[in-house]
Amino acid sequence: MSLAQHLPALQVVVPLIAAPLTVLLRRRSLAFAIVLAASWTALAIAVLLWLQVGERGTISYAIGSWPAPWGIEYRVDRLSAFVLVLVAGIAAVVLPYSRASIEAEVPPQQQYLFYTMFVLCLTGLLGITITGDAFNIFVFLEIASLSTYVLIALGRDRRALVAAYQYLIMGTIGATFIVIGIGLLYLMTGTLNLADMGRRIGVVQTTRPVLAALAFLTVGISLKLALFPLHQWLPNAYAYAPSAVSAFLAATATKVAVYVLLRFYFSVFGQSQVFEKLPMPEAMLLLALAGMFAASTIAIFQTDLKRLFAYSSVGQIGYIILGLSFGSTDGLIATIVHLFNHGVTKGAIFMLLGGVALVMGGTSLSRVQGLGKRMPLTSFGIVICGLSLIGVPGTAGFITKWYLLLAALQKGQWWLVFLIVLSSLLAAAYVWRFVEAAYFREVRKDIGETVLPWSMAVPAGLLVAATVYFGLDTTFTVGSARQAVALLMGGLR
Amino acid sequence: MAVPEQAILAALVVPVVGAMLIALAGRLPNLRETITLLTAVLLLACVLRLLSGVMGGAQPALALFSVLPGLQIAFKVETLGMLFALIASGLWILNSLYSIGYMRGNQEAHQTRFYVCFALALAATMGIAFAANLFTLFVFYELLTLITYPLVTHHGTEQARAGGRVYLGLLMGTSIVFLLPALVFIWLVAGTTDFTPGGILAGKLGAAGLAGLLALCMFGIGKAALMPFHRWLPAAMVAPTPVSALLHAVAVVKAGVFSVVKVIVYVFGVDNLASAGSGSAAGWLIAVAGFTIVAASVVALGADNLKRRLAYSTISQLSYVVMAAAVLAPLSLIGAAMHIAAHAVGKITLFFAAGAIYTAAHKTEVSQLDGIGRRMPWTMGAFTIAALSMIGLPPAVGFISKWYMLSGAMEARQWWVVTVIAVSTLLNAGYFLPIVYRAFFVAPSDGIPGDPHHHPHGEAPLPMVIALTATAAITVLLFFMPDVPLALARGMLAP
Repeated sequence: MSLAQHLPALQVVVPLIAAPLTVLLRRRSLAFAIVLAASWTALAIAVLLWLQVGERGTISYAIGSWPAPWGIEYRVDRLSAFVLVLVAGIAAVVLPYSRASIEAEVPPQQQYLFYTMFVLCLTGLLGITITGDAFNIFVFLEIASLSTYVLIALGRDRRALVAAYQYLIMGTIGATFIVIGIGLLYLMTGTLNLADMGRRIGVVQTTRPVLAALAFLTVGISLKLALFPLHQWLPNAYAYAPSAVSAFLAATATKVAVYVLLRFYFSVFGQSQVFEKLPMPEAMLLLALAGMFAASTIAIFQTDLKRLFAYSSVGQIGYIILGLSFGSTDGLIATIVHLFNHGVTKGAIFMLLGGVALVMGGTSLSRVQGLGKRMPLTSFGIVICGLSLIGVPGTAGFITKWYLLLAALQKGQWWLVFLIVLSSLLAAAYVWRFVEAAYFREVRKDIGETVLPWSMAVPAGLLVAATVYFGLDTTFTVGSARQAVALLMGGLR
Repeated sequence: MAVPEQAILAALVVPVVGAMLIALAGRLPNLRETITLLTAVLLLACVLRLLSGVMGGAQPALALFSVLPGLQIAFKVETLGMLFALIASGLWILNSLYSIGYMRGNQEAHQTRFYVCFALALAATMGIAFAANLFTLFVFYELLTLITYPLVTHHGTEQARAGGRVYLGLLMGTSIVFLLPALVFIWLVAGTTDFTPGGILAGKLGAAGLAGLLALCMFGIGKAALMPFHRWLPAAMVAPTPVSALLHAVAVVKAGVFSVVKVIVYVFGVDNLASAGSGSAAGWLIAVAGFTIVAASVVALGADNLKRRLAYSTISQLSYVVMAAAVLAPLSLIGAAMHIAAHAVGKITLFFAAGAIYTAAHKTEVSQLDGIGRRMPWTMGAFTIAALSMIGLPPAVGFISKWYMLSGAMEARQWWVVTVIAVSTLLNAGYFLPIVYRAFFVAPSDGIPGDPHHHPHGEAPLPMVIALTATAAITVLLFFMPDVPLALARGMLAP
């Protein structure tokens, strides 16, 4: 058997093995090298899988050769391959960046732990995406969550501990809800394989336990993806975690949760009539709108840039869920494309903010005064990403807005059209808070002479470039999303 | 790639490359300004290279890449775009000359940033002028807003920041809230956003739909400064005067009315709008534009600050173009296109004069201008010619455009439009002639010694005087030789 056949397993196994190795070796430079190699290998595998899926369609891989539905199935289709590329790609960019950033923020004796937890978190996120088994999703979710709690707690600020604890409580509630939902589904269908579940749910589709399962799963996953008003954990987590962690989490963690939601909604419940019993699209629409407006408004009044952009994330997740609530092809394209585009944009912003924190000694609006003069390129990068959050043409964010508007217009819902565009004005308001601080104020006297290391500037710059690139060339993003949507709309066949 | 296609690409690339070189030459002011001038000349050469072909009926096109399937960044040069590009690139040369005098004369800071943004703004303007579809136009329209923001807030003061907020808030707000949904809707309904003679919406929408969509487009193009979304223009006057002159009398505002005409002619289609009944689709537009013309003139009448008066005059004059386009008669459309050119050369002269007065005499209010024509005869001479053009009197080109607009309105039996033009002509005279009268016929008041407003001065620095004399000369020249702009304006209506 050739190695190529085992790529789905390797996708998870490679980072998983790297984790204990870093603990055994302890030396932080060795740990860094191992994790870097593992994450770059993971990216290569993800790209190879994406290519394979593009050529041959869905790949089904039986772990230990136990066929589904008895064994655990890894299933790579066009949607999961796309998300794998995002997660592995962001990890591969954030890691080289993390070296200098962690050096400055985490005590030396704990640094190897960062790499261990980082690669475990990567394993968990990749595992959630690749597996075709409901319980396996829960297991990987716990791996990703537990490592995330540690990563957040590594933050230099003492408030990081509280933030981690907050997330621990909320995340555990979410995970519990998810496992209850999965348990109920297992009870009613007798299977844990997602595809199998989707086929069998037809018989029991309107029974109370299935409806309860849908409710539990929705609430549980919404907690993980920080859907308004279940977002309370997110701003503190992003603000006080080490910069590299904020960048990685902002770009991937919530996005993978969205992926899980899509999986359950379309691959499991898709063929059933549960959505006629429970008004899920309407509920999602309302929560999405509430998030878009409330979170973006809160963002305007933040005084710290990390918190500002964290609230912006909650607002942007509103767009992602809004697309989902349409249930139409273009709406789902918006969801999947924004999952990627927002991941890239926010990843870039938090990486740049990490650099700002290092040089200016913080990211509060009063500290970044005169950033346009002190760090012209970083400052410009944040502006470009900010334009993407607003949805200005030429940036990745515009593509999403286009499809959201298209989806709303196809339904003839003009009021929704105007709500979408009005919410981008709120984004303009909070981005301009940064612009005015960075370009219309003088640099503070107490700012040191620290220089931004290249190892941080180049990866961040790469993501900024990607933000513009994916606004101009959409063959990869929209192309992949369109195929993924075709798959989702047809159920798991 | 054939020669005209290369020229299109060059017109977009030359200012960008120029901007880079300007940034590199930041430490050497003389080299930097030389590069600016060279870039401007080169840009005009590119545009002129296209002119003869376009006059001959050719429409060179260039498609760059697709952002989404069927949604291309593409360019096609037709006569109206040619006219706009010609005005903007031609006046950029004179404006650069003027800028050198102004920026040095007033010892402005951040001059490199100023010239870089200026060059980039011109690149965006060329993109708007040559856009082959509404999507491309929208992209460059937004770019132009963003690039001009640092120019508007150039001084970095609290006032500049407040002006910048209004500027960006209104221009981006209207384009995102109104124009973007309109664009997506047009794409959904017509399956394309290509500018096509006769429009792309014929038979696709009912009268109410057309009227609604037209409203979204017209208010969405905030740069045309239709009331009530006009406040950004006076707010932008905090910028240095060369910015007000080229951008807020020519490039940015003309990009607005240019887009208006383009959308009416090539997206909605004149016949399509006319058959929908002018009462429903375009009628309200005439009313809004007519109101803007009169109301802005009344405000201008009461404004003592010279630049503010000019800004409100611009708002009023821009609505001439919108109103003339909304009349939907061939002659009035020619008038609309001609007025883009006529107002451009006239208003840039007025701003040049205002900047020259500020540089030489440090005066900003109309009430301070008593007798200034005796000290600055060239400046005030040019000002007078341009004011005549604004009022629509011969021998200035403003007469020609007004003539066509009036003929078109009469042909279409739109007596309200004729009335509005007549009333506003009186108002124009009412706020321009007193300035001329003050400058030449009122004796300078005896200044208190030591008052900074009354120090001895002559004309502004030579580059500024050359520039404003040249634009005034063009204003007169175009009256006697309006052939090229008229031919380009007519070309828009040819099938």
